[in-house]
Amino acid sequence: MKIFLKLTFLFIIISSLISSKAIAAGEQQELLKVDWSFKSFFGKFDRASLQRGYQVYTEVCASCHSLKHLSYRNLAEKGGPEFTELEAKAIASNFEVTDGPNSDGEMFERPAKLSDKFVMPYANVQEAIAANGGAYPPDMSVLVKARKGGANYIYSVLMGYDEPPAGMELDDGVYYNKYMYGNKIKMSSPLDDDIVEYADGTKATVDQMAKDVTTFLQWTAEPHLETRHKLGFRVIIYLSVLTILVYFSMKKIWSRIETKV
Amino acid sequence: MSDHEYTPKSKVGKWFNDRLPLLTLANHLTDYPTPKNLNYWWTFGGILTFCLITQIITGIVLGMHYVAHADLAFQSVEHIMRDVNYGWLIRYVHANGASMFFLAVYIHIFRSLYYGSYKSPREVIWIIGMLIYFLMMATAFMGYVLPWGQMSFWGATVITNLFSAIPLVGESITNWLWGGYSVDNPTLTRFFSLHYLFPFLILGLVVLHIWALHVPGNNNPIGIDIKKPSKDTVPFHPYIVIKDAFALLIFLLIFAFFVFFSPNILGHADNYIEANPLVTPAHIVPEWYLLPFYAILRSVPDKLLGVIAMFAAIFVLVILPWLDTSKVRSTVFRPIYKQFYWFLVADVLILGYVGAMPAEGLYLLIARVATAYYFAHFLIILPFLGLKEKTIPLPLSITEPVLGGSADMAMARNNSDFKEKL
Repeated sequence: MKIFLKLTFLFIIISSLISSKAIAAGEQQELLKVDWSFKSFFGKFDRASLQRGYQVYTEVCASCHSLKHLSYRNLAEKGGPEFTELEAKAIASNFEVTDGPNSDGEMFERPAKLSDKFVMPYANVQEAIAANGGAYPPDMSVLVKARKGGANYIYSVLMGYDEPPAGMELDDGVYYNKYMYGNKIKMSSPLDDDIVEYADGTKATVDQMAKDVTTFLQWTAEPHLETRHKLGFRVIIYLSVLTILVYFSMKKIWSRIETKV
Repeated sequence: MSDHEYTPKSKVGKWFNDRLPLLTLANHLTDYPTPKNLNYWWTFGGILTFCLITQIITGIVLGMHYVAHADLAFQSVEHIMRDVNYGWLIRYVHANGASMFFLAVYIHIFRSLYYGSYKSPREVIWIIGMLIYFLMMATAFMGYVLPWGQMSFWGATVITNLFSAIPLVGESITNWLWGGYSVDNPTLTRFFSLHYLFPFLILGLVVLHIWALHVPGNNNPIGIDIKKPSKDTVPFHPYIVIKDAFALLIFLLIFAFFVFFSPNILGHADNYIEANPLVTPAHIVPEWYLLPFYAILRSVPDKLLGVIAMFAAIFVLVILPWLDTSKVRSTVFRPIYKQFYWFLVADVLILGYVGAMPAEGLYLLIARVATAYYFAHFLIILPFLGLKEKTIPLPLSITEPVLGGSADMAMARNNSDFKEKL
């Protein structure tokens, strides 16, 4: 057994070596840390926060950022914001999609259905870049997983807008952000107090909205996070019990000879 | 193989076995006499077999849903993660499985280095093992390209560009590898094809690896030759099977922890950004298990020499059985080598660490010293140490130290006697 402790120890060292490069490589300011409900072994999403987060996304972010890997049906699926199917259908029908060709060979517009992917704000990358002063607003589907620091990073950037330090020259359309890589960001501060009006009466402070939309983006990046945690817990329990049983079987079998195992 | 002839009890069994001796093979595998003093470092052979099978099965399922096309690959991976039933589980097992595979293979290799398992008469097992290791690295590298994220694309660009260092034909070879003038769709499709093929080559080599092992039998922590079967051995089944199963389960617990609770910690965040030939990531780093070689590559200022150094770092392992001149296998009886062994472990860990860092300043200096030491270990220290070192007397049999609780020096003959016996 001692050997496995050593082994685990060795592996922890190796993985910490790998992750420590994150700290050493970028001399960024340390990220703000939030006690997210989806962290930890039993982590789950805060359903109300996901729904509010969707509202922030759709009313603020969606004008520039796409969510191209998501479908409207996802909004009603288990483990997500869990809108009712009717609500999700209503959300989808707010968007127009191009379908076709019909029997006349014509493309046509129709309201989106649950099975449609999220409608993108721009037709293509070039249009997105052209409309945003040369900066491409990244697709947000897996954004949380695509940034070092994950949810804390996204939250920190949303909270990190500030006056540039003295002596820092910023071009037009470039903003100072404490947590952004290189401290320069081409997105102006997207959140202001009460920029959205939450249906559940929660006060829409910048901090609240940043938390909600980050929670929502964590879900878009890991839609099966809750299932994963639940299944993982069961797998660990199952393996632990089996390990104990096999351990005693092994002891029993090896007791036939004098050698210790 | 085993000395006694095996005859199946049933008539049908005998009829079949006379035509295809599968039952004889099964009997050989279960009866296979194994040294009874094998410690837990010897369980990694079984663990590695498990890893390979897991990678093949999850890989085949992923291959059913994955689309090998530059425009669709990233999207199809997201499709697997979102829409395929338990696709997230299969992909996370496959991705983390690669890391666990390498973790196990490094332990397996360093076990071999510690107990001298590469020495006569096991050189062929060792060389096949090195071939497997080399193919594993190639397979893992190509697999990492398939999701077509930023690290996939730029990792592939950096590594394939190495071949352009070859004089005269380098450029042509690189273009031939790419199937064009840069890493693009043809590169992706051929990598997918080869990534699917190589594991089966590895599987074939694993069969040879085990076959070659069953000729001389296992080495053991004492490193001495033993009679087989004898009171120094136990039959593979049930003794080793149950022990391997126990070790595998502990391994699986760690594996499961990664898959379910931090599936992305061993990967790089940039690989969740779709490949973009126009945007180069700030730091291009390979997966952790390739970092020591990456460090060696970058520590040499000249590109061609760097590539040569990197491949030499692997090749030096292949010829290791002839570089180590010591007749004593186990490090237990080699007090001076023992220290150098741990220096080497530290050296490789340091190389891995600086491989993840930018190649500049102090990091580069450390990388150069560590690279030099790596080669010095194999090319200078090992050949000379084997001739000079005064080793501790070896016990006559496994039973001796086992019964005595530890190696009983008074009972054991001294080393020169042992050498005569050889």
